[in-house]
Amino acid sequence: MISTVVELLKTRFPGSVISISEFRNETTVVLRREDIVDVCMALRDDESCRFDYLSDLCGADAYTPENRFEVVYNLLSLSHKHRIRLKITADETDARVPSVTSVWPGAEWPEREAYDMYGIHFDGNKDLRRMYMPEDFDYHPLRKDFPLMGIPGAMPLPRK
Amino acid sequence: MNIDQALEVRNQKILAALENQDTTVEFDDALENAMVLNMGPQHPATHGVLRLLIKLDGETVAACVPELGYLHRGYEKLAENCSFHEFIPHTDRLDYISPLMNNTAYVLAVEKLIGIEAPRRTQFIRVIISELARISSHLIAIGAMAMDVGALTVFTWTFTEREKLYDIFESLTGARFTTSYTRVGGVAQDMKPEHAAMISAFLDQFPAKLDESVRLLNTNRIFIERTDGVGVISREKAVAMGMTGPCLRGTGVEHDIRRFEPYLVYSELDFDVPTFTEGDALARYYVRLNEIKQSVLIIRQALAKIPTGPIHAFEPKKVLPRKDRVYTKMEELIHDFMIINFGIEPPAGEIYHAVEGSKGELGFYIQSRGGAQPWRMKIRSPSFMNIQSVPLLVKDELISDIVAILGSVDPVMGEADK
Repeated sequence: MISTVVELLKTRFPGSVISISEFRNETTVVLRREDIVDVCMALRDDESCRFDYLSDLCGADAYTPENRFEVVYNLLSLSHKHRIRLKITADETDARVPSVTSVWPGAEWPEREAYDMYGIHFDGNKDLRRMYMPEDFDYHPLRKDFPLMGIPGAMPLPRK
Repeated sequence: MNIDQALEVRNQKILAALENQDTTVEFDDALENAMVLNMGPQHPATHGVLRLLIKLDGETVAACVPELGYLHRGYEKLAENCSFHEFIPHTDRLDYISPLMNNTAYVLAVEKLIGIEAPRRTQFIRVIISELARISSHLIAIGAMAMDVGALTVFTWTFTEREKLYDIFESLTGARFTTSYTRVGGVAQDMKPEHAAMISAFLDQFPAKLDESVRLLNTNRIFIERTDGVGVISREKAVAMGMTGPCLRGTGVEHDIRRFEPYLVYSELDFDVPTFTEGDALARYYVRLNEIKQSVLIIRQALAKIPTGPIHAFEPKKVLPRKDRVYTKMEELIHDFMIINFGIEPPAGEIYHAVEGSKGELGFYIQSRGGAQPWRMKIRSPSFMNIQSVPLLVKDELISDIVAILGSVDPVMGEADK
């Protein structure tokens, strides 16, 4: 059950767990960003957890002065049939978080997407290019301070 | 930076990525040559606007880099700027091969966020439309895959069947393609007896027609040889790469969210989860084929079990009232005004809800801060995760197999690019 997973996190990583919340039967664990790879590795390999499948990884913009960006990991265990959500934060000035591609190789593209949309750098991702936007685009469109209509002139258009 | 410089920068980076993939090419023969080939975004076999950069050694694929973003419309940004109801039509344009499935997946996520449940009749209707969408999507997948390896007839035959489904959708939802049929807490219109009759009539003739189409493939030596053992991925790799849907079940993982964590009324319906262990293109084809047959069984059971009753949850402040009441009743007029103008304002919190879409795990992750609009909405699109594995699938295969592999992965770019 998910409560045993939470207990395991508390005992094995006492310093890393910042907060635990529950909403609609879903557990969200906020972690210290330096420990995310170790925690993910433990969650993947531990017998009682077996989070072998990365359902989703995404960035989010809390738009706060400190710890502005969030990286959210939705994990799934195929054998134990449970889900958990991990969350780490990154500062605006130095938005760098460790990459979990060493745990789940499939995290590469979702991390590229988060980099493209929020400008969060994932240390350890070997191919951190933009996912959707052109390489020469200077902005990160899902940030809250990027206007919905876009920035005129941000995308170079072909000459007439 | 002018456009030429920009293009130069971009091409340099793409080439650098291709070069870095640790594929050393030997030049023993003067005729043997390494070549970088660009496939797409306008290529009939890429199923939309997928662009593949392929490094070839002779006829063998040494490396492949998919480039996405040619259909990027920024739906996640749009979602943050429109109310929960306003986003429903946008979900049609995600996986445009099965819009009804996306409609259902989205409103289920929103309902989980605001903590309501649709009435039983609506749940059955949603099961029926989801499975019809799955049939129509898999028909396209099978037909297009067969067409890509040279069997054009099958495509026209499966398209004929899909056309009949679209007639049903048109009658039920009012639109053939962009259905926008579901509502938070209900569906747009009730399913009338004539719709049930149309679906029954379709199901009565469909298995024979499907059988006719697949008989062209299952004993077709060319089709089997072009797909058997092509694009193999192991079970462990598929799980690690986050592959989902028929692609994952084709490697032997029995993971179907309808069975894994049943939503709607799937726990009351009897169906199998077809799996194959080979992990090649043919296995993926067979998974889809068997899933169509299971979907037919599910719809038959749902049609037999569907109860009568209301189609909207009784939550006046969350669910849009019926239009005839809006025009005649004061209370409903107020609620309609409030929901349309100020949104449904769910509690603050975050949820992730996934359904088994026709391409795989289709999930919506919603962060709410209590406002009328989601603070953040992430669409977990199955095609995106499946395309990520394409470089692994096509490596060391022949260049002509790329189209067969892409057909068997069945990506939809509307969903992958969002």
